[in-house]
Amino acid sequence: MREERTEMSKDDDRSPPLDLRGADIAESSSKTRNCVTGSGHVTGLNPTEFQAPYPDQVLENVLENVLQFLTSRRDRNAASLVCKSWCRVEALTRSELFIGNCYSVSPKRATARFSRVRAVAIKGRPRFADFNLMPPEWGAHFAPWVAALGSAYPWLEKVYLKRMSVTDEDLKYLAENFPSFKELVLVCCDGFGTRGLAVIAKKCRQLRVLDLIESEVAESDMDWIGEFPESGITCLESLIFDCVESPINFEALERLVIRSPSLKKLRLNRFVSIGQLYRLMVRAPQLTHLGTGSFSLAEGVAHGDQEPDYESAFAACKSLVCLSGFREITPDYLSAIYAVCANLTSLNLSYANINAEQLKTVIVHCHKLQTFWVLDSICDEGLQAAAATCKDLRELRVFPIDAREDSEGPVSEVGLQAISEGCRKLQSILYFCQHMTNAAVIAMSNNCPDLEVFRLCIMGRHRPDHVTGEPMDEGFGAIVKNCKKLTRLAVSGLLTDQAFSYIGRYGKLVRTLSVAFAGNSDLGLKYVLEGCPRLQKLEIRDSPFGDAALRSGLHHYYNMRFLWMSSCRLSPPGCREIARALPRLVVEVIRDEVGMIRAECEEHIDDAFDILYMYRSLEGPRDDAPSFVTILH
Amino acid sequence: MSPENRNYLPESDVIGLNLKETELTLGLPGETRVTTDTGVKLGTKRGFSETINLNLGRSNVKCHDKVCDDESENDVLGGATKSLTEKAQLVGWPPVRASRKNVMKSGKFIKVAVDGAPYLRKVDLEMYNSYQQLLSALEDMFSCLTIRTYLNPCFYFLFLHHNYRISMLSMYNFVCNFDIGNYLSEKKLMDPANGVEYVATYEDRDGDWMLVGDVPWKMFVESCKRVRLMKSSEAIGLAPRTPQKCSNTA
Repeated sequence: MREERTEMSKDDDRSPPLDLRGADIAESSSKTRNCVTGSGHVTGLNPTEFQAPYPDQVLENVLENVLQFLTSRRDRNAASLVCKSWCRVEALTRSELFIGNCYSVSPKRATARFSRVRAVAIKGRPRFADFNLMPPEWGAHFAPWVAALGSAYPWLEKVYLKRMSVTDEDLKYLAENFPSFKELVLVCCDGFGTRGLAVIAKKCRQLRVLDLIESEVAESDMDWIGEFPESGITCLESLIFDCVESPINFEALERLVIRSPSLKKLRLNRFVSIGQLYRLMVRAPQLTHLGTGSFSLAEGVAHGDQEPDYESAFAACKSLVCLSGFREITPDYLSAIYAVCANLTSLNLSYANINAEQLKTVIVHCHKLQTFWVLDSICDEGLQAAAATCKDLRELRVFPIDAREDSEGPVSEVGLQAISEGCRKLQSILYFCQHMTNAAVIAMSNNCPDLEVFRLCIMGRHRPDHVTGEPMDEGFGAIVKNCKKLTRLAVSGLLTDQAFSYIGRYGKLVRTLSVAFAGNSDLGLKYVLEGCPRLQKLEIRDSPFGDAALRSGLHHYYNMRFLWMSSCRLSPPGCREIARALPRLVVEVIRDEVGMIRAECEEHIDDAFDILYMYRSLEGPRDDAPSFVTILH
Repeated sequence: MSPENRNYLPESDVIGLNLKETELTLGLPGETRVTTDTGVKLGTKRGFSETINLNLGRSNVKCHDKVCDDESENDVLGGATKSLTEKAQLVGWPPVRASRKNVMKSGKFIKVAVDGAPYLRKVDLEMYNSYQQLLSALEDMFSCLTIRTYLNPCFYFLFLHHNYRISMLSMYNFVCNFDIGNYLSEKKLMDPANGVEYVATYEDRDGDWMLVGDVPWKMFVESCKRVRLMKSSEAIGLAPRTPQKCSNTA
């Protein structure tokens, strides 16, 4: 049973792992004649020259030298399970620590086990929190982590956070306590503002990477760009701040770019006009990744004479492979980028409201494109054009310009079919649409066998195949059946339990599954929980799955990172049963305030709730849960 | 209809005039929640949220009738969904992050701050047609607040309607004559946890801080730069409700 294990691997992706064996392999080894020093040289057989190390020390020295080459964390997790000796040595040689759920392990425990970490990645909130399904103060605070990191890893160089709450104080702590700090990447984070950024800019003298991706940055009057050191060359390689919704000091930015010869990635926010972009580009032709900012004129500036030669600025960037931005695009300026299209491997037009014709002028040059993010304003016609040119496309994301259930829907099964026929190497797709057919989805399953990620969002809830009127079961069934490498799936449209039967039967590699407004009964969820051994992340909303279905996953929940179920048919007793059966699972029920008030009025504390969020953890219930979170036991 | 039933159809409110129960707290707009046969309460939040909307369009009136007549689950759902204003949406659906929704530049996004809350929220004023809708949305976002109704005749009418079945139509006629949908009276937000009252204020184009509700809705949308929910105690001394501000637009 899992309870016997005292430690769990951090991101155990495989089917049930082996139990930790007590035996130390080295004790039975007879290979100790050759003494190996720390540097790996095999010395002679002269035992009088030095004290022969103990057998297990020898092996550990060898292991250390070997294991340091292991980079994949899954390989490392496997190695750590061989025996205690391997576990110890692996812990010593792990330099990148990945925490998939910040509440699954405490900072103290993690830093106690791994003593030589240089880079840390931590993920917090569940993904559905991005869509306002949960009150924002749920948790995932970086503060306790940063304090532990400070004492355990003063040499820390890199921090990557996703969906964490980071405060300005945390950023200040980072800036002041880690002299070797080089890289900060914040993805979908919040809780901090330009004040925190200012401290980072000012005090991190070795900063190479400052990437703010889809994070919410509170505005203040702090000129954070101006806080970068004013003189001397910087080692800045990447500066990404396209999500920052406040103006920046452009002159300071320009000076910074001039002083940063190593700068390769620069993604500007929408407060940088095209004229300012020009000035930056001529200073940094070495850029490989560029986010163009607004891509329109500054307010109050008139279109016309004396505009700089944008085309030549782009043409001068011979290394440009990744282009994004276009936050408030004036489509007339699109022609400026033609020169670089042929080299682009990644193009992100997902903030650019352009039509098919405008897209065609660009996409026709993009033969090497592998990643393409775009708005559905380009219509099926635009997708057809992309399919005709981008034969090497690996990842496609089509976002809705009008994200409502009853909007027009400029893309449909026609676009999907075209992409499937033109882009045979497709590995990942996210597609928002209003209408879809099984035929097109089946076609994609046949044409794109390399698909690993298939996320289809038919925006109208419960919408069937709009040609046949049938549920979308067969389409998704074909995807799980034919795409043998599929690891991530998001389903939508009218779906019966049959769809889930297919997923359970064929989705043997699926790790992440997103379900919304789907299924008929408990059977749906049962098929998935019983059929998908690799399932790690399951997020479900508004689907008729109840306690019986929840019970059917008891054998598997310790293998998962989390389960999210909101607005389903669960009851508090049903969830409590899970909590009691699996002591290492933290079972959170999250209520909105209205539910809380009613519960207090009626003294029914066991009132129905909105969200079940449960995850494995070595620490038991967290102590920072807000009042609207109840942890069942 | 016993309390254990956890049935939140309005009839249950008649039993023992529980004043707290009539407190018109709102559920998340767009929630398609119903009570199921197994007695698992999910809450007909939709029913309540409809009553708040004083833009009493035809569909709303129908919805009220449906809720009060205790129709089947599906009808409650159907009526509720239909009576949403065009722009109000189901929470979190489709799953597109807020930063992406800004692409439709037709929106008017302003920041909302609440005294004492550490974060700001952004709101698209064009999503709403009235002050009531805006306040409901704010209530959802800053989930500790509820709309307290002080001596507001409109809410009194709605209370009567729910509890005493006074015809919605007759009250609708009365209310419409006052064009109440455009103005706001005595509406405050409250944090039930500590009893602190908040007053909605906004900064207009001229940089002046005004009480939300002084001017017609459309004028407010045009001139509002940002909103702050200020503690009532601090709101003394704000610009009085004088009509001359109405003509003061850039």
